[in-house]
Amino acid sequence: MSTSVSEHQHPSRGEDLAADEFGEHHHGATDKQYIIIALILAAITAGEVSISYIDVGPLFLPALLIMMVAKFVTVVSYFMHLKFDNRIFTFLFYLGLSLAVFVYCVALATFQFFSR
Amino acid sequence: MSDAGAGRPADEKTPGEGAPDLGNEPADTTNTVTETIDEIPMGGVPEPGATPTVDTGEERTHLTDMPEETADRDAHGGDAGTTGISNNKLAMWLFLGSECLLFGGLISTYMLYRGRHSGSLGPDQIYDLPFTSVSSFVLLMSSLTMVLAVSSVARGDIRNTKLWLCITALLGATFVGGQVYEFTTFYREGLGFTTSLFSSSFYTLTGFHGVHVTVGIIMLLALVGMVSRDRVTGDRSEVVELVGLYWHFVDIVWIVIFTLVYLIPA
Repeated sequence: MSTSVSEHQHPSRGEDLAADEFGEHHHGATDKQYIIIALILAAITAGEVSISYIDVGPLFLPALLIMMVAKFVTVVSYFMHLKFDNRIFTFLFYLGLSLAVFVYCVALATFQFFSR
Repeated sequence: MSDAGAGRPADEKTPGEGAPDLGNEPADTTNTVTETIDEIPMGGVPEPGATPTVDTGEERTHLTDMPEETADRDAHGGDAGTTGISNNKLAMWLFLGSECLLFGGLISTYMLYRGRHSGSLGPDQIYDLPFTSVSSFVLLMSSLTMVLAVSSVARGDIRNTKLWLCITALLGATFVGGQVYEFTTFYREGLGFTTSLFSSSFYTLTGFHGVHVTVGIIMLLALVGMVSRDRVTGDRSEVVELVGLYWHFVDIVWIVIFTLVYLIPA
């Protein structure tokens, strides 16, 4: 009973304890994993730049946006530890982000940006 | 120097010390207030119907019964209050959420005005994509070194923490240097701040980002100084993580700017 109360009120502590059982430190990822993630991000960046020089037709814009979102989410999830941290941080950040994207899309639509 | 107070308890007041004695207060006011404060449990006033807790030396079953060192700190050493979440980290995430609105506004303004450069230099004529790609790579790698600094401080490895923080600041300075070079080149080619709506929105957006990176570098260097003086140890190690959050945010903003401003043609 006492354990469940403590874990309920300290979710991040419970997650850290779980992470320690797998021999991982602090936030669940090792230095080696961080390096691998950075290499993946560098590869995606290289892909973004190269797609600007080759003609891929109508796939150009969606491909660029998908790669941008992939990089964004990877950095936020792993480097900013959002994947391993308390979910309220995820909620706060993505709520602010979604609000910003929505508001500015509406603003851009007002100026007929998307119909050009 | 008077030794009139020698031999008295530290909290005992005599007429003439501290608040003026108006002569109409009961003699035991100080003791009464102290006892009342002692009766209030940690975590604030209890809710109606809540079971009062008495420290009997038995197993602790409530968060507010935890020792002070544990109850007020989360697993990462931050001030956790009664929610189990670091207040500092919560504030940083809220700040970053609000920063999304700032950069969202600047990016939207640029998107609207990037085609407004009648007769003057436009995005397609002026951007140097290979140079900006290298700058982006440098900033991306600075995120790696920053996360390695956070990882090092979590392990208590002070030497590597300082090393990674210094490398992160160096990479950040390289990025800012590249941006200054880019601005200088654009200006010499005839693209001033007021040349067109495109140039104004471009300089404002990338300039604001550059200022954020510069502030991040200052914070990193301050952090190196704090670590060197052993002021970021144990419970205070969370400050490295908070600066790291800010730095990664600056990186993700550049990820968006790089794609929307530099890679997508006007």
